[in-house]
Amino acid sequence: MKNIKITIDNRQIEVPEGTTIYHAAKQLGIDIPVLCYMELKDMNIENKPAGCRICVVEVEGRNNLAPSCSTKCADGMVIKTNTPRVLNARRTVLEFILSDHPKDCLTCAKSGNCELQDMAVKLGVRKIHNEDISEMSTYKIDYSPSIIRDLDKCIMCRRCETMCNDVQTVGALHAINRGFESVVAPAFEMDLEKSTCTYCGQCVAVCPTGALTEVDHTTNVLRALADPSKTVVVQTAPAVRVALGEEFGLAAGTLVTGKMVSALRRLGFDKVFDTDFAADLTIMEEGTELLGRLGKFLEGDKDVKLPILTSCCPGWVNFFEMQFPDMIDIPSTARSPQQMFGAIAKTYVAEKLGVKREDMVVVSIMPCLAKKYEAQRDEFKVEENPDVDFSISTRELAHLIKEANMDLENMPDEDFDNPMGESTGASVIFGTTGGVIEAATRTAYEVHTGKTLEKVDFEQLRGMEGIREAKVDFDGLELNIGIAHGLGNARKMLEDIRAGKSHFHAIEIMACPGGCIGGGGQPLHHGNSDILKKRAEALYREDAGKKIRKSHENPMIKELYENFLGAPLSEKAHHLLHTHYADRKPKVELKEE
Amino acid sequence: MANYKMQLLICGGTGCRASSSNLIIDELKKQLETKNLADDVQVVETGCFGFCEKGPIVKVSPDNTFYTQVKPEDAEEIVDEHIIKGRKIERLLYTDPETKKHISDSKHMEFYKKQVRIALRNCGFLDPENIEEYIGREGYEAMGKCLLERTPEQVIKEIKESGLRGRGGGGFPTGLKWQFAAANKADQKYVVCNADEGDPGAFMDRSILEGDPHSVLEAMAICGYATGATKGLIYIRAEYPLAIKRLVIAIDQAREYGLLGENILDTNFNFDVELRYGAGAFVCGEETALIHSMEGERGEPTVKPPFPAESGYWGKPTNVNNVETFANVPAIINKGAKWFSSIGTDKSKGTKVFALAGKINNVGLIEVPMGTTLREVVFEIGGGIQNGKKFKAVQTGGPSGGCLTEKHLDTPIDFDNLIAVGSMMGSGGMIVMDEDDCMVAVSKFYLDFTVEESCGKCAPCRIGNKRLYEVLDKITKGNGTDEDLELLDNMSRVIKDTALCGLGQTSPNPVLSTLENFRNEYEQHVRDHKCAAGACKDLLDYVIEPENCVGCTACARVCPVGAISGERKQIHEIDPALCIKCGACIEKCKFNAIFIQ
Amino acid sequence: MFKPKEDRMAKVKSLADLRKMKENLQSKVHLREKADNPEALVQIKVGMGTSGIASGAKEVFNYLVDELEKRNIEAVVTQTGDMGYSYAEPTIEVTLPGKEPIVYGYVDVKKADEIIEKYVKLGEMVDGIIPANYRTIEENK
Repeated sequence: MKNIKITIDNRQIEVPEGTTIYHAAKQLGIDIPVLCYMELKDMNIENKPAGCRICVVEVEGRNNLAPSCSTKCADGMVIKTNTPRVLNARRTVLEFILSDHPKDCLTCAKSGNCELQDMAVKLGVRKIHNEDISEMSTYKIDYSPSIIRDLDKCIMCRRCETMCNDVQTVGALHAINRGFESVVAPAFEMDLEKSTCTYCGQCVAVCPTGALTEVDHTTNVLRALADPSKTVVVQTAPAVRVALGEEFGLAAGTLVTGKMVSALRRLGFDKVFDTDFAADLTIMEEGTELLGRLGKFLEGDKDVKLPILTSCCPGWVNFFEMQFPDMIDIPSTARSPQQMFGAIAKTYVAEKLGVKREDMVVVSIMPCLAKKYEAQRDEFKVEENPDVDFSISTRELAHLIKEANMDLENMPDEDFDNPMGESTGASVIFGTTGGVIEAATRTAYEVHTGKTLEKVDFEQLRGMEGIREAKVDFDGLELNIGIAHGLGNARKMLEDIRAGKSHFHAIEIMACPGGCIGGGGQPLHHGNSDILKKRAEALYREDAGKKIRKSHENPMIKELYENFLGAPLSEKAHHLLHTHYADRKPKVELKEE
Repeated sequence: MANYKMQLLICGGTGCRASSSNLIIDELKKQLETKNLADDVQVVETGCFGFCEKGPIVKVSPDNTFYTQVKPEDAEEIVDEHIIKGRKIERLLYTDPETKKHISDSKHMEFYKKQVRIALRNCGFLDPENIEEYIGREGYEAMGKCLLERTPEQVIKEIKESGLRGRGGGGFPTGLKWQFAAANKADQKYVVCNADEGDPGAFMDRSILEGDPHSVLEAMAICGYATGATKGLIYIRAEYPLAIKRLVIAIDQAREYGLLGENILDTNFNFDVELRYGAGAFVCGEETALIHSMEGERGEPTVKPPFPAESGYWGKPTNVNNVETFANVPAIINKGAKWFSSIGTDKSKGTKVFALAGKINNVGLIEVPMGTTLREVVFEIGGGIQNGKKFKAVQTGGPSGGCLTEKHLDTPIDFDNLIAVGSMMGSGGMIVMDEDDCMVAVSKFYLDFTVEESCGKCAPCRIGNKRLYEVLDKITKGNGTDEDLELLDNMSRVIKDTALCGLGQTSPNPVLSTLENFRNEYEQHVRDHKCAAGACKDLLDYVIEPENCVGCTACARVCPVGAISGERKQIHEIDPALCIKCGACIEKCKFNAIFIQ
Repeated sequence: MFKPKEDRMAKVKSLADLRKMKENLQSKVHLREKADNPEALVQIKVGMGTSGIASGAKEVFNYLVDELEKRNIEAVVTQTGDMGYSYAEPTIEVTLPGKEPIVYGYVDVKKADEIIEKYVKLGEMVDGIIPANYRTIEENK
């Protein structure tokens, strides 16, 4: 590609043709403020509506100011990013935005982590003129099981819309209404709960303000901890330990497993367990299911459903239940690790601890918002008592730790409790795209071939490409493995299957770009995709450092099968560890007001 | 084919139909039938004549008698007197307001004298539902010439040389636009006709589509040939049912005659046109928003570049022109670029259609050569201000334009001159204001429109315009401050500077132009809390004229807030601090002693 | 109105086709086109008052319309009210482009033919002129 020469703030720079002014300036160390713009580099995700107009700059020869995020450099362009005209325009536009934004920062969930707040600090808006006569656009607050929408705080950056439509192809959120009343909402301004929302939480993950936040269960957790009659056990998902540190100022990718365990213990949890244990259990069930279907297929059974699709991501489950109800018999019936954990905790573990089911409270720490919804699904309740009582996000846990006067960085390293604290390297990598299928491959290979896997690392399954495929040699039997992360990529996979064009035997699907490390409940990445990559690296690091790296070798898992479940896919296992899916395509009801 | 001796042309435009022109047609036909004249006299429903103030219009050919404000019950008289006896019906003729003389031939009316009709050449002349009439008047000949006698490059050259500029508001050279679309290679290209006319008061596009749909279809085909597009789309607001109906008929007929479709005129050129309906959002007149709307997306503009010529409808090269622009094209091809460029000013060639409205005598649709002065338009064609009031301002360019004053009246109207004086051509709305119009209230009115029509995508337009409106509202209520005037100025400039599309970039124009040309009015509102035009209700005071007051106490008794005081047989007084301006006292006073100032 | 499908013209196959079609269809709008600029054409007004019609003005009117077209003369033939020359009915007023109007009295079909051939075509005077001391219809208003 051709290079072009431009001048920014009197400095010359040569950039490839097609570079935007914003990116060119960045190369010179000029940090033009952007508000609506967001890019996840290398992940093919970009939100560029050019709507906030904060990033405007002066371009010589142009009548009006140019949005630097979406204006491409032209050869010889002379750009000024900080003239009085530009600064006045930025301030005035920000004042416009603030004039239509609630000033309740002190009680806002996003306070301290709000991009609008940061912008106000940076640009120094000190007064909203005529505030007394400035009308504010107001909307009702929409509570769903996972996500709260407080659209009074929406600044129409459209990031959520980009995630929901372009990336996830869920289509639950879209700009509606016109002008001052325009807002991002489900069609007909109906509640999120009635839409096709999968609760993947990617909208929350990118929202710059407090317009989209998670349903906060920390109060419920504290209440349970304070109740002496309750035995409160906690499980932590693999992706939490590689991201939690960010909330405490640690570099992205810092592993804080041991510190997290001690913090949880000090918060008062009776048992600190690991979801990783349940992930190993998932591999046992899902892997066996895969081998079962594969076996039938090899025997010539025409009715067998292949490829098998993983089912450990609740956002993904919601997606296919609502968008592909004709294909609900294709995914594995294995529950997610969170729910497997809950089911085992409230049976096997409760029995071991001598606690009655109703006296046990299971809390899960998840990188995920869909897990909040999943925990309250009827399928996962026994006589109204849920297997998992409260699911809180990585961010909520950080709040709890901070609130309890603990500094994570200086916490001692402690180990998980048993029996559900033992895990393998295979379960750790569940937290990143490609990890589940790699873990399944490790086990399935050894079970199928009866041979010991010489090289545990399947590099060909790793990476950040949205759709990946790899061939794995099962001692002469070549398996085609597919991986998709991000629901838009999942849709492509499903459409191929529906059209009979899929050549895969098994596909791993994660709703969130990057997998759970990029989940909607994780510390906010603010558009920095390097953070996601570092989290993934940390998971692979933890895997590599584990003594046991194959799920079926987890001694506690063996014990569980021996003493309680029998074998994978046994009747008991089916009852506790598997689920069924239903057509949940939303029925749009238009009621007259 | 009957050889008609006479033809009666009746306006079938939306305006005249609203005044029952269709009933006039029925009645005329009935009368001709019963009087055995149906074979001699033809009744033709045409498009708009433009002189809407005097509609419904019935024109008699060949003697060119122009009957105004005709009612269905006049039909019998027209047939009996004019057609049978050859006597013109004087009471239906136009009366010149100056000389008070009847004028029967429209050519001699001030309203038509200075008009030159190119885009409107067939409006009020042809039956828009009959392609044969169009063909009989050189219809589709321009397309034929292009297909068979010229290369696409030559067509583009001709349009470029004609100097035709976009009539939708932007004024971008049409030939250049075509050239861009032609230059981009693609397996599919599109020609889009922008019929999303949205300026308040403007209806030239509707009139052209209602009165002469084939000229637009023909021009689109020519454009398709020139740019290499085979598909044409007309984006039209669903609120234009008559225009849609006539377009549908026209498209059907053109296909029937092989003038649209495949292998047109036995060449290998294929071109067909489809309609796309809009829901009447003003912003969808912006070409990128229009394209998104056609794609089924939210009607929102996107940053240009890429321009539609590069990446338009479904990402394909797309040429978007407005209705009036297209309507000029066949005439340019038929009569030549030289002819067209001989009309108009140095940089703005040809004519422009304006919709005259407001406090003007001759409300209607006019087409004048570029370079005609505002004075000619307002005072000659428009017949001056209603009720002999004083001219105050003329607003051009719709909600995006500015208010021009007395001192601009001799400005020759063209794209560049209007911008130079702080307004713009826009799509050709022209609203005339008199001494009773308050300029603060006027800019508030326009802001109200832009606030309503903003798509909401960019912050300056979505929120900024709202804030502008609120400050204007504050001023009209008498609560404004000098700081607010500075604020208005700064907000306006920033919105212009930062808004994403043409709508936001021009929406503060009414504020800026009135601030510049009528600053004293703003200051009067802010400092003296007065509205000289008497338009801002909150700034009016109810006052008792002592000379007329007899002290009957009627007003004091009726005042709901006890704002009026005074002893019996003594002169009464109104306390402005208490008065709520309900008007009850004025109604009650029998002595004309209470007035508003 | 638009004709029903069966007797519609065939598809236009070429530019020549289109032009031929235009020639044929021109008459549909010709009347209007002529009316647009009558000063440039021969204008003939036929007095069609009650007495005019009684003396055969309608016949003359139809004759003029048809014959002028047949003889390829661009003319506008209109009817007008009583011209005030009841004694000389039917009367017609002929205005050649750029010339003063001339009124002929006692015009029958034969006379009309003579007027077309001599006065309209060649500009030669024809007998039967009524002295021009009257005012045109327009001015009478």
